[in-house]
Amino acid sequence: MKMTNTKIALLVGLGLLAPLVIYPVFLMKVLCFALFACAFNLLLGFTGLLSFGHAAFLGTGGYVTGYLMINTGLTPELGILCGTLAAGVVGAVYGKLAVKREGIYFAMVTLALAQLLFFVYLQAPFTGGEDGLQGVPRGFLFGLIDLTDNTYLYYVVYAIFLFGFWLVYRTVHSPFGQILKAIRENEPRAISLGYNVSQYKWVAFVISAALAGLAGSTKTLVFQLASLNDVHWHLSGEVVLMTLLGGMGTIAGPLVGAGVVVTIQNYLSGGELGNYVSIIMGVIFIICVLLFRNGIVGELQRLIKRNFS
Amino acid sequence: MATFLGINLFGLFGQLLVGLINGSFYALLSLGLAIIFGLLKIINFAQGAMYMLGAFAAWMALNYFGINYWAALILVPLAVGFAGVLIERVLLRPIAGEDHLYSLLLTFGIALVLQGLFTQIYGASGQPYSIPDALKGGTKLPFMYLPDYRAWIIVASVVVCGLTWFMIEKTRLGAYLRAGTENPAMLQAFGINVPLIVTLTFGFGVGLAGFAGVMAAPVYSVSPDMGSNMLIVVFAIVVIGGMGSIGGAILTGLGMGIIEGLTKYFYPEASTTVIFAVMVIVLLLKPAGLFGKEA
Amino acid sequence: MKAIKKTLLCTGIAAAMTVSAAQAAGISDDKVKIGVLADMGGVYADICGEGCVTAVQMAVEDFGGTVLGKPIEIVSADDQNKPDVGSSIVRKWIDNEQVDTVTGLVASSVTGAVAKVLTDSKKIALISTSASHAFTTKACSPYNVQWTYNVVALANGTVKPMVGAGKWRWFFITADYAFGHALESVATEVVNSNGGEVLGAVRAPLGTTDFSSYVLQAQSSGADVIALANAGTDFTNSLKTAAEFGLTQTADVAGLLVFTSNAQALDPEIAGGMKLTTGFYWDMDEQTREWSKRFKERHGAIPAMGQAGAYSMTMHYLKAVEAAGTDDSDTVIRKMKEMKPDDFFARNATLRNDGRMVHDMYQVRIKRADERANPDDIFAIENVISGEEAFGPMLAECDFK
Repeated sequence: MKMTNTKIALLVGLGLLAPLVIYPVFLMKVLCFALFACAFNLLLGFTGLLSFGHAAFLGTGGYVTGYLMINTGLTPELGILCGTLAAGVVGAVYGKLAVKREGIYFAMVTLALAQLLFFVYLQAPFTGGEDGLQGVPRGFLFGLIDLTDNTYLYYVVYAIFLFGFWLVYRTVHSPFGQILKAIRENEPRAISLGYNVSQYKWVAFVISAALAGLAGSTKTLVFQLASLNDVHWHLSGEVVLMTLLGGMGTIAGPLVGAGVVVTIQNYLSGGELGNYVSIIMGVIFIICVLLFRNGIVGELQRLIKRNFS
Repeated sequence: MATFLGINLFGLFGQLLVGLINGSFYALLSLGLAIIFGLLKIINFAQGAMYMLGAFAAWMALNYFGINYWAALILVPLAVGFAGVLIERVLLRPIAGEDHLYSLLLTFGIALVLQGLFTQIYGASGQPYSIPDALKGGTKLPFMYLPDYRAWIIVASVVVCGLTWFMIEKTRLGAYLRAGTENPAMLQAFGINVPLIVTLTFGFGVGLAGFAGVMAAPVYSVSPDMGSNMLIVVFAIVVIGGMGSIGGAILTGLGMGIIEGLTKYFYPEASTTVIFAVMVIVLLLKPAGLFGKEA
Repeated sequence: MKAIKKTLLCTGIAAAMTVSAAQAAGISDDKVKIGVLADMGGVYADICGEGCVTAVQMAVEDFGGTVLGKPIEIVSADDQNKPDVGSSIVRKWIDNEQVDTVTGLVASSVTGAVAKVLTDSKKIALISTSASHAFTTKACSPYNVQWTYNVVALANGTVKPMVGAGKWRWFFITADYAFGHALESVATEVVNSNGGEVLGAVRAPLGTTDFSSYVLQAQSSGADVIALANAGTDFTNSLKTAAEFGLTQTADVAGLLVFTSNAQALDPEIAGGMKLTTGFYWDMDEQTREWSKRFKERHGAIPAMGQAGAYSMTMHYLKAVEAAGTDDSDTVIRKMKEMKPDDFFARNATLRNDGRMVHDMYQVRIKRADERANPDDIFAIENVISGEEAFGPMLAECDFK
């Protein structure tokens, strides 16, 4: 689906006006998770690799940013940069290990590696263990702009999201992205064409991990907190769900999926129905797999194609 | 206190024994996973939820129907196995033959639903289940006090694992199963009802998890997330052992339990991570796993 | 750049001050809204949870449902013992739902995160059940109020007499987060300063289900006392495992924080005779029995100390709002510290400037099966310790006037 310039401008404008109507902290949460899901989709949707441990990268970004902001007084942009880099490094190591196996095993290996990191973070002194890193200062962007103001922070988060979204879009539509898709469609063929498939998978893994870290770093800034929840397998499952529900392999799918899932959680959490979040997510999983595999955006695209072309 | 080369032997043996107990559960769960994988080629993400279901079923049987532990040990695995049969027939059958990632996602969804359901009804904190009267005491070993029930866990799971191994490797039914793993179409051609075997296999694999759940109920408190925590470790064990053999799954399960126990003694801080670290080493040296057949 | 930062900061402070000055009179948003945040379904559900909500409701009803002619509202939520869940709920409450103060507050990790959010928005944290003493010491804030007990009182009440009675060598099984660490370190100090020795400690994650390896570690240490620096179902599970492995026969197992519901859930064979410290016991005298009876009629179980504390501190807050004629936090907190808390819960009590409510604490013993007249008859009060002795002195840097 090619996007026209007017359409893009319209969507970007919508994002600029959104905080006037909707609670900005909620919007920022959606944007962080949307970025996370976009990063994840680069692997699942465009490379065909199901990582079940992506929370490890989100959490790493969050912890590193949080730790630096609390202890060294870095400005937020540098804090986020460091968090993103750290997630990229962890991604580079994990990617090397994980691409040794395929399919289901890839999923299990990533899940187990993420759990390894979960336990490390549980015990490492710098993460604060079960307490998490609390009271992370939001700081002054470039030393100038006070981010304790939710509206200012929203526009920063929005800019970060647009950057990440653009990066995924560029990657997918580059020659590199074409090769990833070729691997997804038919790996033996890609190998026979002489591509070093493991290398390509690894690079995609690292980009995805770094972007997930970017999402985590940003999230830490928004909530002023990094906690074990950010590295828990539950979150790794959530991002799979967001992508599956929105439509894997579509550019806008993860954004839509993240929006829906975060809205459901926000609506139910804290209330009497808090535990239904897990049940509803499970049911959505089952329905998506059985009936609805293209996800919301995928199905819409199909409808539009059928009716207008 | 007996020491050898500065090692407190009592403490060490104690931790080894606890490791062996944990290993018994790992073995039962990874055995179930391996059996299901052998025939269906899917990884059952709901295996942990089935283990949890087994523990809760035992608890409910006792509290709602007055069914005691020993009866539950027989009835609950059957009931959980039956739940597995339903899941296979209704949910997994329609997507059989498609990319196995979908079955992984589907069973993950099932796990979430079950876990959420039990959290909603019983809360996250866990229900107590007492040790059956006959096994309440303990034996004073020279190096530690061994509660009878813990000893029973090791014996019972080794027996069940052994019987399962025997059934699959040495009996006619097992031969069908192995043939089905190699070439289902051929087996079908011989007039064997392969879909039925598939269903029963899934039920059996899941039933093993249910059995483990009943065994676990008296020692771990019966809680909704008991399965998911266990399952991820079992996944790592499966990656370490490879899915190739039934015996491999059992041995890796027990062995990893013992390694965990050793770590608890020598360097307790690493006891939660050691199995994952072993997995990393195995991935580097022998990517297909210790008993794995595929390249 | 620094200059600009400073100006921005100053403008920010000036703006905040104008806002608070504008709020200083009367009730903001035409209501007083109390948030109750607690673990509703996890390991700590029994010790605060829905019971805390009930207690706060009772306080509001007993107060008359309105203050200064404006209605009092209550909202409640489940924090799942997770700091991020708790702090985002509280943020939402403050930003969108005009919540004036938050009570409940159980797991110290959650309370730490939430108290920061509350202080940032100048709202009062009414801490009923958290044990860590950090909220009135190293993380103290003019807006923190901690009511029921803390780890210092537990250590002074339980550990000191045991060391004094000749139990020299200690080993800890500790809940691995803020509360457990605080309790362990305070108790270790008490052991050392009274001539005892700490042989070691193991840290078990919150919500551990299998304590066998920790119990074995404790056993092979050869200590006289195995201290359980944990709470809720962690406490019951670890004590049960200790009994299963015969540890209760070879050493003293000391529960450092035991709530009535936990003691009730345990076999008296295992728990009977254990000595501990509590901030409240329902069956102490006529006043406590009267309130506890009303509580049990509504909640179905006798009140845990944090639940009684939640009632008492909500009442005190509402009285202070009435006396101050406003719900502005700065004015109310000053009033709260001026007025002496005095009810069935708070005996010989003062609310110190650091936010610590200092009151009588009780050394109790869990009754054996043959001593219990009914299922609710679980503690025997052996000794009353004064608040000063239990809680120790206030830190100068936390003396918020």
